[in-house]
Amino acid sequence: MTEPVLSVRDLCVEFVTRRGVLRALDRVSFDIGKGEVLGVVGESGAGKSVTGSAVIGLIEPPGRIASGEIRLKGERIDNLSPTAMRQVRGRRIGMVFQDPLTSLNPLYRVGDQLVETIRTHLPLSAAKARTRAIELLAEVGIPAPERRIDGYPHEFSGGMRQRVVLALALCAEPELVIADEPTTALDVSVQAQIITLLKRLCRERGTAVMLITHDMGVIAETADRVAVMYAGRVAEIGPVRDVVSRPFHPYAAGLMGSIPTLETATDRLVQIPGSMPRLTAIPAGCAFNPRCPHAYARCVAERPELLSRGAHAVACHLYDEPGVDAEALVQRDKVAAAVGRSRA
Amino acid sequence: MSSDNFVDIRDLRRVFDVSKPWLERTLAREGRQLLKAVDGVTVSIRRGETFALVGESGSGKSTVARMVVGLLPPTAGEVVIDGVSMTAARDSGARKRLRRRIQMIFQDPYASLDPRWRVGRIIAEPIRAFGLAREQGVEERVGELLRLVGLDPADAAKFPHEFSGGQRQRIAIARALASEAEFIVCDEPTSALDVSVQAQILNLMRDLQDRLGLTYLFISHNLAVVRHMAATIGVMYLGRVVEVAPAKQLFAAPRHPYTRMLLDAVPDLAMSGRPRTPVQGEIPNPISPPSGCTFNPRCALANERCRREVPPLRDGVACHAVHEGRADPQDMPEVAAV
Repeated sequence: MTEPVLSVRDLCVEFVTRRGVLRALDRVSFDIGKGEVLGVVGESGAGKSVTGSAVIGLIEPPGRIASGEIRLKGERIDNLSPTAMRQVRGRRIGMVFQDPLTSLNPLYRVGDQLVETIRTHLPLSAAKARTRAIELLAEVGIPAPERRIDGYPHEFSGGMRQRVVLALALCAEPELVIADEPTTALDVSVQAQIITLLKRLCRERGTAVMLITHDMGVIAETADRVAVMYAGRVAEIGPVRDVVSRPFHPYAAGLMGSIPTLETATDRLVQIPGSMPRLTAIPAGCAFNPRCPHAYARCVAERPELLSRGAHAVACHLYDEPGVDAEALVQRDKVAAAVGRSRA
Repeated sequence: MSSDNFVDIRDLRRVFDVSKPWLERTLAREGRQLLKAVDGVTVSIRRGETFALVGESGSGKSTVARMVVGLLPPTAGEVVIDGVSMTAARDSGARKRLRRRIQMIFQDPYASLDPRWRVGRIIAEPIRAFGLAREQGVEERVGELLRLVGLDPADAAKFPHEFSGGQRQRIAIARALASEAEFIVCDEPTSALDVSVQAQILNLMRDLQDRLGLTYLFISHNLAVVRHMAATIGVMYLGRVVEVAPAKQLFAAPRHPYTRMLLDAVPDLAMSGRPRTPVQGEIPNPISPPSGCTFNPRCALANERCRREVPPLRDGVACHAVHEGRADPQDMPEVAAV
């Protein structure tokens, strides 16, 4: 296998607070290959955005990377100096955030922001950079880019602004793009446009993408692989088809079942009992054990490691428990859920 | 109007004046700017049913909700609930009695609960305001309501900040039920919640409907949630209802070109790999909407008539192309790629 673009190993991020040290990420590991889209999903507080911030070196104090490694094309980037990191950010890693209005400076013309970014990272003259900026705007689907380049961000609609942000992220031909909830602030019809665009651009350029979102639909349509996070840990990671249609981890299975879909009309959605633990009180052993229908003594005593079978890896004791037919358990759950639905 | 309609909304309109201040306007020689947020909405809701309004931002769905509960006076049109007009000029006694039976649940449970009030007092307020129980009975009733929404009666002594988003939405539901309401207007009740919490709240709302025979007006931008909750769905676009249909029918055979586009745009979990029509264009500025059918600039079926005449809502759909039989519900003509 070729070397992954991004490789994260045993990453721990901690926040030092008055109430003690909070562990926002706890031994998170994953890889993203060239041209691959890795979706990162989870609910609020699962650690998705912190993972993104850690990769681009934007963890603000009192937060810190406590241990682990982040490698971009084999080079460590988690211990770079702020100056060296600034060379990486924007040049080698592009970023798209949720709200396009805050990612753009309202006082500068869109073109000036693009030209500035291009010239910071690439040795181009002002005129050449401007031509490049117009090409980029055309590529992200902005009509009449020669004219729109001199517009201010407030003159663009939400969807058009996010296209500009996408152009900004891609202007230095980065190897990796981190998109943190890129379509959450947009309407569905605009969301579909932006997602298609992001996917096409990255495929054409072979850019690796880390797509952070809480919207499973977006992931199912866009990502090649998915990581499901829970309480700062990766619960399950694997090809999108496997994780979405045959999730193994009880949390991932519950999450998928709780999403209403257009295709299947159900009377009752699957409910996960309880709620997300607070970072101050993460249960011992498996973080999901108090809410898990299958939890047993080992789940409380010992934290499950991410165990892979082929491309699919799951952090659940049932996955490797001798004598437990894991597949059968999952099937039984599905049947129970189906019965519950038809009864309701 | 048939008698089993609990709520009748007739030709409801609301215009907002979004003009600049007088001096600025005069200096710039500009006229007044009026925004037609809701432009002639007519729907009826049957007793015990969930009626959903879906649409993207700016379609006017929340404005309709606020007019229905009386938080916003309509510019024109009428809302009749259980035979009593909510919008008649005089505040009659019948209308005051009706108010108790209508409640609203808002999107953001962090903003809709007073942070300085204990939960018990929040839920007791409607009981006291409408004189529904004697003072000794209030506490008991609050406990009963908390249990009904899946919380503990002891939670009455806590403050809202001690609860998670989903629990707060449960408190908001308990408050809505405190006045023994029959009709609840829910404006994006789960948009601020995580999916697993959303599932809990949606299940709770359906259970309560079954037990108490509630009627819901459910406002949402999420088509999947709407499909799960509603019996009848109205699709809004720029202040008008473009299609009304039973949920099953709307999703199986959408008729209005906008409904089709919207359904096509929703990312689906099943990964069926169905071919989809790329979305064309964006919602126009509501201050200067296109003439005729407001969807015409984005519609592949638009012709001269669509640009000139506003299509009326007939047989549940407001589209000239559908009325004229130019739109085959089975296959939508291919739209050029973006």
